[in-house]
Amino acid sequence: MTGRRSGRPLVPAYLSTGGVARPSRNSLERLSVLTGAGGPPPAGLPSAQAALLGLLDGGSLTVMESAALLRLPVSAVRVLAAALIDQGLVSARPPVPPAALPDRDLLKRVADGLRALKL
Amino acid sequence: MASAPSSSDRMHSPGVPPSATTSAPVAPEEVNHLPDSARELVKILVTGPFGVGKTTLIDSVSEIRPLHTEEHLTEVSARVDDLAGVRDKSTTTVAIDFGRVSLGDSVVLYLFGTPGQERFRPLWDDIAYGALGALVLVDTRRIDASFDVLGLVEESGLPYAVALNTFPDAKQYTEEQLRRSLDLEPDTPLVTCDARDTNSSVDSLLSLVQHLIDRMAPEAQ
Repeated sequence: MTGRRSGRPLVPAYLSTGGVARPSRNSLERLSVLTGAGGPPPAGLPSAQAALLGLLDGGSLTVMESAALLRLPVSAVRVLAAALIDQGLVSARPPVPPAALPDRDLLKRVADGLRALKL
Repeated sequence: MASAPSSSDRMHSPGVPPSATTSAPVAPEEVNHLPDSARELVKILVTGPFGVGKTTLIDSVSEIRPLHTEEHLTEVSARVDDLAGVRDKSTTTVAIDFGRVSLGDSVVLYLFGTPGQERFRPLWDDIAYGALGALVLVDTRRIDASFDVLGLVEESGLPYAVALNTFPDAKQYTEEQLRRSLDLEPDTPLVTCDARDTNSSVDSLLSLVQHLIDRMAPEAQ
């Protein structure tokens, strides 16, 4: 928890989404994984959508990381990502496959992974 | 902590398409894509009062430079059109710091530094959604600053462990005194940690994860 480290973006968030207030799909969580489909971005893509697509060029990021890097609210990135998904330019998957939701095996792998971090 | 490059630096970064700079310039070297093998992304909240060391602990464990999102406390129902451009003093912005660390081949752990004051309640549920649990950091020099946080965590039903971030000038209390003061259940882990130290921070997270494992299968204990 710290104070603001950077100035407010020049373009307010509601303009980044073209005034769209709600995403076209509700399944995007903060840790949903966004992956670019690859290929050149189509001409005329709104600049905020193009910026998100550019972040996902060659790799995947969560909604949360995308929002932090674009300096946009998470809710705005949900709108942008949903628009890109609708156009087939981005795919999304949930943070954890539904079948794997917190089970003992996953927790044990988290614990093992943490132990391996110790120097 | 290194300061972010100024916007004029970023505007001239090679490889950033002009269209991207109108909304948010991101230098390519700042982007740490997820490992291709990442399959399970899990989240632990690191919470506690202001200044208790949440960001320090996240920084000690994260493999990426911690990032932050700006969240608007007036955003009760996540209405995008209410978010930005609102400059009146009644709108409070709070930064949520977070870090990421890969655990083995497929598991990626995110640590969300989540303020725990009562006034953050509107944000809490959205951020806590899907979290494995919470690590509550306590500063023993001001224990009462943690009461709000513990209340919020307990009401949300999130399992938690308590870590006393050790400050050099802190008074020494017995575990029993602290448990009574914080009104902890007997099985709630209570550990001490130094948030600046990776091993110590990892140990405090391990105490939480072990607690999560234990409570899933109490018959095995």
